[in-house]
Amino acid sequence: MLIRKPADIRPSEITSREIYLNRRKFIQSTALAGSSLIAGRAAGAIIPEERRARLTGIENSEFSTSEAQNSYADITTYNNYYEFGTNKGDPFRNSQEFEPRPWSITVSGHADRTGTFNLEDIVKPHVLEERIYRLRCVEAWSMVIPWVGIPLADIVKQFAPRSAAKYVVFRTLNDRARMPGQRSRVLQWPYIEALTIAEAVNPLAILAVGLYGEVLPNQNGAPIRLIVPWKYGFKSIKGIVSIDFSETRPRTSWEIAAPHEYGFYANVNPNVDHPRWSQARERRIGSAPQGALQSIFGAKKQPTLMFNGYGEQVAHLYDGLDLRRNF
Amino acid sequence: MNVIRQIRFLWKPLVFVACLIPAALVVGDTFAITGTLGANPIEEIQDRFGNWALRFILITLAVTPLRQISGWNWLVRFRRMLGLFAFFYVLMHFLTWLFLDQELLLSAISEDIFERPFITIGFTAFLILIAMAATSTIAIRRRMGRRWQQLHYGIYVAGILGVWHYWWQVKLDASDPAIYAALLAALLGYRLWRRKRKVAAQPERNRHGNRRLETH
Repeated sequence: MLIRKPADIRPSEITSREIYLNRRKFIQSTALAGSSLIAGRAAGAIIPEERRARLTGIENSEFSTSEAQNSYADITTYNNYYEFGTNKGDPFRNSQEFEPRPWSITVSGHADRTGTFNLEDIVKPHVLEERIYRLRCVEAWSMVIPWVGIPLADIVKQFAPRSAAKYVVFRTLNDRARMPGQRSRVLQWPYIEALTIAEAVNPLAILAVGLYGEVLPNQNGAPIRLIVPWKYGFKSIKGIVSIDFSETRPRTSWEIAAPHEYGFYANVNPNVDHPRWSQARERRIGSAPQGALQSIFGAKKQPTLMFNGYGEQVAHLYDGLDLRRNF
Repeated sequence: MNVIRQIRFLWKPLVFVACLIPAALVVGDTFAITGTLGANPIEEIQDRFGNWALRFILITLAVTPLRQISGWNWLVRFRRMLGLFAFFYVLMHFLTWLFLDQELLLSAISEDIFERPFITIGFTAFLILIAMAATSTIAIRRRMGRRWQQLHYGIYVAGILGVWHYWWQVKLDASDPAIYAALLAALLGYRLWRRKRKVAAQPERNRHGNRRLETH
């Protein structure tokens, strides 16, 4: 089998078109890496330890959608997080005991700043932003979720990756005593995901630490998780404990589990079906009219959008890449 | 006879009502009386009906082994009703898929049936059960003679296809379909084992003239 190389990313391309066009903001965000106070922006993100505590100093984002948001109940009781079980009610049921603090992240690989850092120290230089994003699960359902997080680009720059770093590799906590789902061998633990550097510094990518203006609940990936809204949900790895700047592309968890069904890119694409189901349409959870019968008979699927509707921001990342083969 | 009347007028209605409980719970949960259907009600309804269809196929397939092992011949009087409930839940599973999941969109339906093998085999199992349900009356059974029995061996095929359909559909964790597969294998394996034993024992039985009449 001919394995295509991913679109070559030269160091010169690491600066995405948006950042290039929006230089003022770019200069600001780069500066954030070094100092904790920027004129006009109150940096110093704090994540309280108490559950459901309110986050403060949240800024709005031009990337937020104005679509109707899913309820807190829908978002926190229906999702996939195999570390807590394989049914969609399991993460809620089995994660309540989980204690997401203290938390540290180990940074390794081709970067100037490596080592193990406290979560607090990693987020402190940054500003929290609310990002209301569409989330499209590979299982053909979707939600609209108001995350609170930090642009991944800012965090990446904070560790000063070198040009040899082609991929950013994330791993979830591997602790079967705290994550009961890991007692099952259904996936290879720890969960592993990765982005190309260009994807990682795309302004849409964030590390989320909150939901609905509050601390991120355990079942949704507390204390810190990735959100890449143009990709299927499984790319947005939860409970991150390590970030590795790698020269080579790792095999990600779902790729290892079923390589013919889940690829590295996993971009939302209505034209490339999953081998067992169509990706052309999706069921927007909670979009049905209110009322018992309407919630069943009035629930209509909607067409899935290329890159989950974020093509304007990310399509250029895949110029020249055959998306049917690199699914 | 008293026992037969008791089965007909007391136990059969009771079992009938019990078999309707899963469907009643779907209705109760829809109106948030007995519980809820969760964030994705259509998927929940479809999964529940599909699960109960498989359970009723297994329950129906358990009647004959249970009767043979325990000697409770009255069990056979419930077999048709249980089989028809298996059909009922398959039908509800199918209708949920057709109306609620696919919203009667013909292109999506035909694509599913013809291009997605797990739906093709599920649909095939459904067709087999339609034929069995349509020929389930005593009058038709008599008229069909031997062919009736042949047609109704279709439950074995439907059971295999049904479990396969479930196994193929799950994303990764096959622990639930594996339980169904194990039960189905036990129920079909018992029949094979018994048939083998019967064939081996037949000459002797004929000599003693005590061969019993078996349905299956």
